[in-house]
Amino acid sequence: MSAPAMGTSKMAHSDSSHRKKKGPGALATAYLVIYNVVMTAGWLVIAVGLVRAYLARGSYHGLYYSIEKPLKFFQTGALLEILHCAVGIVPSSVVLTGFQVMSRVFLTWAVTHSVREVQSEDSVLLFVVAWTITEIIRYSFYTFSLLNHLPYLIKWARYTFFIVLYPMGVTGELLTIYSALPYVQKTGLYSITLPNKYNFSFDYHTFLIITMISYIPLFPQLYFHMIRQRKKVLGHVEEYSKVE
Amino acid sequence: MDALALEAKGAKTESAPAPAASKPRPKPPKKPKRIVYFEVEIVDAKTKDKLLLLDKVEPTATILDIKSMFHKSNQRWYPARQSLSLDPKAKSLKDEDVLQQLPVGTTATFYFKDLGAQIAWGTVFLLECAGPLFIYLMFYFRLPFIYAPKYDFTTSKHWVVHIACICHSFHYAKRILETLFVHRFSNTTMPLRNIFKNCSYYWCSAAWMAYYINHPLYTPPYYGEQQVKTALAIFLFCQLGNFSIHLALRDLKPAGCKMKKIPYPTKNPFTWIFAVVSCPNYTYELGSWLGFTVMTQCVPVAFFTIVAFIQMTIWAKGKHRSYLKEFRDYPSLRSPILPFIL
Repeated sequence: MSAPAMGTSKMAHSDSSHRKKKGPGALATAYLVIYNVVMTAGWLVIAVGLVRAYLARGSYHGLYYSIEKPLKFFQTGALLEILHCAVGIVPSSVVLTGFQVMSRVFLTWAVTHSVREVQSEDSVLLFVVAWTITEIIRYSFYTFSLLNHLPYLIKWARYTFFIVLYPMGVTGELLTIYSALPYVQKTGLYSITLPNKYNFSFDYHTFLIITMISYIPLFPQLYFHMIRQRKKVLGHVEEYSKVE
Repeated sequence: MDALALEAKGAKTESAPAPAASKPRPKPPKKPKRIVYFEVEIVDAKTKDKLLLLDKVEPTATILDIKSMFHKSNQRWYPARQSLSLDPKAKSLKDEDVLQQLPVGTTATFYFKDLGAQIAWGTVFLLECAGPLFIYLMFYFRLPFIYAPKYDFTTSKHWVVHIACICHSFHYAKRILETLFVHRFSNTTMPLRNIFKNCSYYWCSAAWMAYYINHPLYTPPYYGEQQVKTALAIFLFCQLGNFSIHLALRDLKPAGCKMKKIPYPTKNPFTWIFAVVSCPNYTYELGSWLGFTVMTQCVPVAFFTIVAFIQMTIWAKGKHRSYLKEFRDYPSLRSPILPFIL
């Protein structure tokens, strides 16, 4: 009696897993292509803005002001990625995507935008450059993948550039938060003190310190995850080239 | 020979008269049924190394029996720590599964996974609940190094703070007593590493809430006495309801019985909610925390309530789904946690 039942359940299971493996529908794919093209273009605008401002000034100091608006717009636009995961049109983890996107949005608005004094810091430029290159590669990678025409160069760049850009971005982010600390403490920015009718207090200065500390366990995990992904994606291709 | 021929043959033998002189032939002694023993091989699911070969296993042996045999040869892996499956990626087999009823030949291969060190569910529950009970009281009595030194061992001037302490302590004391005397756990153990995650969640949440409720600068609720009394009534009502549901669920299956039944309302009015909800214990638990939130008017408590609600909704939906799967006649009117809503 039990054997046929098991067989049917197996069938159903394999069927459902097959259905899961299918990509997003035509409409969702079209939307994702448009979204990724727009985001690639947006980050290209930021890259061009940085280069133009640098050539005009002849110095890399204070380049942030030249790309402030598009940076805020397109970095905030990345919040839609969380929605894509939640809806299911992108098969990534909502938690992981949410964490990565929110950390960048937080840095853009809650640190760089809110603490005006840090905007002239060189560390801001460090993470902006890292983000810009990363995002141009990443969004173009997604676009070409969705169109089933992925050039090897973009694939290689996606899984190689992070080796330098990731630590560079994290260094910039940490230095920016660190340089914001004295101003946050002095002004009491975003801090709530007792007594209040909600019986809750929040010290933004402490929160920023905790955020910085959280980078210690989280960064290596994400970094080595990407290295494993690189081995998985590029490993066998490189083996073939060695044989040839 | 086809069925009709057999019938005809039977009819012939019936009609033929039996010879009078023939003695009744003695029945030959019954041959003992030959038991087909199974050969069980246990293989590591990851490395595919052969760990054990059991050559004479009775067909009536359960997975638990096989686990016990494996434990004898490998003292490190006690039965609760073992996961045996028919495929490296398949679901673990249940302890009560019988060998001869599994889709295997007389040579069965089981894939072993080490679940890691295990701990009894009861112990986990006790640790989860004992922590908040003591942590809250530490803040209530304002032990040194929590608030400014001038507040050490002082008490709050707001009576709501004392009521909140009684309610919080009562809630966790009730949970401890239920763990000891009411609950029957279907799963006996859980991985030891989970205890740190579970306990840190409950303990840190309790500390976070207690810090603000017992803070010297605590502000009593906006609507005063009326708000506190209403919230207290909700809290106590839901605590009583939660206890009633736990008793009803306990009475549903006798000790040692694994058979599941559909829970129905009983004579106790608190259980009547079973008519519309699959997991009223979670509904009442949510009500208790909502009452506590309104009573204390404290953001950390509200945050804890929201997180608890999300978690309980996930559990309730899972339970509701398993009820629908298991029982064809399961009442269609029921919702997982909130009547007619969720």
